[in-house]
Amino acid sequence: MMSVPAPQKDMRMFLIFVVVVLTSPIWLAPIGAGYPQLLQAFAIFGIFAIGFNVLFGLTGYLSFGHAAFLGAGSYTAVWAFKLLSMNIIPAILFSMVIAGLFAALIGFVCLRRSGIYFSILTLAFAQMSFNLAYSVLTPITNGETGLTLEAGDARILDPVYENAAAGGLPSPNFFGLEMADFGGYAGVYVCFAVLILAFYVYLRIFRSPFGLKLLAIKSNQNRMGYTGFNTRPYLMAAFVISGIYAGLAGGLMAVTDPLAGAERMQWTESGAVVLMTILGGVGTLFGPLLGATLIEYSENIFSAVNKTELIEMFSFLGQDGAAAMASVLSLFVGEGWLLTLGALFMIVVIFLPGGMMQGISIINERFFSKKPAGDGEKPGAGKAQEV
Amino acid sequence: MSDIVLNVSGVNKTFGGLKALTDINLKIEAGKTHAIIGPNGAGKSTLLNVCVGRLEPDSGVVDFNGTSLTGKTPYQINQLGVARVFQTPEIFPDLSILHNVMIPAFAKKEGEFSFNPLASLFGSNEVQDEAEHVLNDLGLTSHRDEHAGSLSRGDKRRLELAMCLVQHPKLLLLDEPTAGMSRHDTNRTIDILKKIKERGMTKVIIEHDMHVVFSLADYITVLAQGTIIAEGSPEEVKGNPKVQEAYLGGEHV
Repeated sequence: MMSVPAPQKDMRMFLIFVVVVLTSPIWLAPIGAGYPQLLQAFAIFGIFAIGFNVLFGLTGYLSFGHAAFLGAGSYTAVWAFKLLSMNIIPAILFSMVIAGLFAALIGFVCLRRSGIYFSILTLAFAQMSFNLAYSVLTPITNGETGLTLEAGDARILDPVYENAAAGGLPSPNFFGLEMADFGGYAGVYVCFAVLILAFYVYLRIFRSPFGLKLLAIKSNQNRMGYTGFNTRPYLMAAFVISGIYAGLAGGLMAVTDPLAGAERMQWTESGAVVLMTILGGVGTLFGPLLGATLIEYSENIFSAVNKTELIEMFSFLGQDGAAAMASVLSLFVGEGWLLTLGALFMIVVIFLPGGMMQGISIINERFFSKKPAGDGEKPGAGKAQEV
Repeated sequence: MSDIVLNVSGVNKTFGGLKALTDINLKIEAGKTHAIIGPNGAGKSTLLNVCVGRLEPDSGVVDFNGTSLTGKTPYQINQLGVARVFQTPEIFPDLSILHNVMIPAFAKKEGEFSFNPLASLFGSNEVQDEAEHVLNDLGLTSHRDEHAGSLSRGDKRRLELAMCLVQHPKLLLLDEPTAGMSRHDTNRTIDILKKIKERGMTKVIIEHDMHVVFSLADYITVLAQGTIIAEGSPEEVKGNPKVQEAYLGGEHV
């Protein structure tokens, strides 16, 4: 087995990560993923998933309610736009703070239980939040219509003339740089910058004594007690950190598209982040990012394909062949892309319980390993469990 | 009498109708190795569980260096300086051996909770040195980077001992530390425990293996059916007819 990865190795890995992220619009273009909306989604769900991994990957506590924090972040950001300023900085900061407070509240109650009871409690809280946002809290959330910007919003920090200008709605900006500038790539690079910062903090958490203690809680919580640790505050801290990451992701959603709806708090969103994390590799450093990217990518690719395109694709089979093929495959595309996701998820869980990262380290060991197995794998693969 | 580290007085514990412990009085002296022996079901483990906060006594007081342990949680009791080796090894199977020992060292250094998510593990040299020192003492250095879960049973028990020793506890409770070990491993463990004794660590040891008990103990308490039937030096206990009848005799007949 490997020893503690050296800090230099981590730094190198982080720099590679930065380069990979910043150049992604170029190398993702050939596979049809090089457009702003999808790139933003990669970054945003990547942040959501790495934050989730701090809780689920390190402590083993499976929350089914993180959409509540995502939604809270979005609502907060839109309110920050409405009341304070169209600058994204207060919006992002407030979305993290509010989501963190919200997570502290929910975590305080849910962390009294562990295992399945914890999961169910978080699910219940998130669904409660969803229903509140959808109906009772309409004055704050604007109910089923969703919260949007309006021309008459206060925006007390913004100069008045800007508000009056152009007649239309203002758009979120970073000290004047509007998210829609450069064909939307301003927004993309804001998301990338935040992702890189978020990933750096996440890496530090993984490599800290705090992260090690969280892993120990996952490994044997009972022993942690007899070792002199009060595990509750550790779990609470992990829960709040992951809530802050979710809030940050929600805030960025509003930054790139300034509206917030209750559906962001639905259990399906909570489920999505669980799927992303498991698909990529729970507890691994890069797994959740890969999972988030894969799911967002396949959603965009598979849901965009329709039956006519399928018939065209299989035209080499002849008219009947193409029609038959298309009618089978059409179940898996368009509206039915979730079926593809389901199948993919099943395959990964059955054959690669460690997620895509396990697949990567297997490939690495088999084909690229110079040293004995376990030492020559890609940075991050399996290492996360170690530290 | 020298300093009393652990003072158990008038402890009663019942499970449903079963009297597990009846009016137990026990004084553990500083620096001594105190063995608790007795047939199966005598209440030895229950007594240890009461001492570490796993169980609340129905009545009576457990007092550690003048602090009552009643109502304290296991982590609070550990922070007072009580460490425990379990009957079945309680380790962190998913972590490396080194990390298994570093974690208790962190508990000793930083207390029950410290929030430092941005501190680097690489900078924890002091803790790591301490952990490596203990691993070296117990002959586990060669396994340093292995997953604890992959160790043999005997090595797991030694690891658990290392996890306790790295905290330099004032009182070490050992629940059958050599159960299931080969004769070789048992002797090795005895040697380790003798070495600790030289450092003046107080120990309470529950053990079935008379070889272990008589090689280590300064003082022996014999439990049977939840009551103390005899206590004294190993020689006194050995010669006590009540003990021979209840325990030593009972096991050989």
